[in-house]
Amino acid sequence: MLKKIKADLHIHSCLSPCSDWDMSPKKVVQKSIERQLGLIAICDHNTAENVAATIREGDRQGVAVLPGMEVCSKEEVHLVTLFRGIEDALKMQELIYANLNGKNQPDVFGHQVIADEHDKVLGENPRLLIGATGLSLNDIVAKVHQLGGICISSHVDRPSYSLIAQLGFIPADLHLDAVEVSYRVPLEKARAEVPGIENYPCVTSSDAHFLHDIGKVWTEFLLAAPSLDELILALAGKDGRRIVN
Amino acid sequence: MRVKDLVEKFKLQVAGGKKGLDREITEGYCGDLLSEVMGNAPAGCAWLTVQGHQNIVAVAVLREMAAIIITGGQTPDAETIQKADQEGIPILQWPDSSFRIAGRLFGAGIGNPA
Repeated sequence: MLKKIKADLHIHSCLSPCSDWDMSPKKVVQKSIERQLGLIAICDHNTAENVAATIREGDRQGVAVLPGMEVCSKEEVHLVTLFRGIEDALKMQELIYANLNGKNQPDVFGHQVIADEHDKVLGENPRLLIGATGLSLNDIVAKVHQLGGICISSHVDRPSYSLIAQLGFIPADLHLDAVEVSYRVPLEKARAEVPGIENYPCVTSSDAHFLHDIGKVWTEFLLAAPSLDELILALAGKDGRRIVN
Repeated sequence: MRVKDLVEKFKLQVAGGKKGLDREITEGYCGDLLSEVMGNAPAGCAWLTVQGHQNIVAVAVLREMAAIIITGGQTPDAETIQKADQEGIPILQWPDSSFRIAGRLFGAGIGNPA
């Protein structure tokens, strides 16, 4: 049985330096349920350390949470990467950490809070998570695919940190699974308004850094279940799974 | 000034696109946001950028540039060198900042009407 599921596949937790303190795993899940989302993904900048707690809280409250990360390539392009399981995301995180220099300055960039599902602060990540990794786009996509995950080019309609702004156009040999547009472009108008994305499945996500932005926009999918495998089928338009709107 | 004269004068490393070394440089341009460079770089320019992605070659061809100088000690990707060789767009490397090579180019008369 296929059903319509609303998904917000790009949400930052309080671990992203630019994100609000209130974006704890527990509150992110609460707000997602309030907004009737059936599938969310936690995508902090270059880290996945708040994902496990959010998955546990999602299980408890009843929303599916995909492990993710918004990776910054050496070209300074942001990519939403999504994984099947937390272990895969943590393997990616290991590669990211090995290729990410610098220490965070909380007074300049913001705090990077690691929290559990009971709103307890476990610590702060000391790395410069807002920085660019030394990994090329091609290397990132190849590694994510090797781990069974998918890559969605972040906010391709935006002037900062987007693939099209940084590199002028989408390289033909880059194996993206989808592109994402921000809330500023309605999904049904995306292909007309953003040149060069015609050949890619297109989704829209909130890129929320504040609780009230969760589910500001979402993508509705027709899926058998809220999982990565179903999402992959929907992006490819296979077996009746698809992007609804 | 031809690209090869520039290479010699400032001891730039040639990473690719050697068959374009006789191109004439008439202007200069700096930029790392390729979307911006695609719209604004002048023809015949030497383009200073930290980006080493293969799209820089397509941008250089589109804007009819003379050469690309990768600055800041950054390196071109392998595919970038391949594309540069195909297109004959010289890719040069400079270990210091864009600012410092831009000053030298300007001092040598490139993009400098005086």
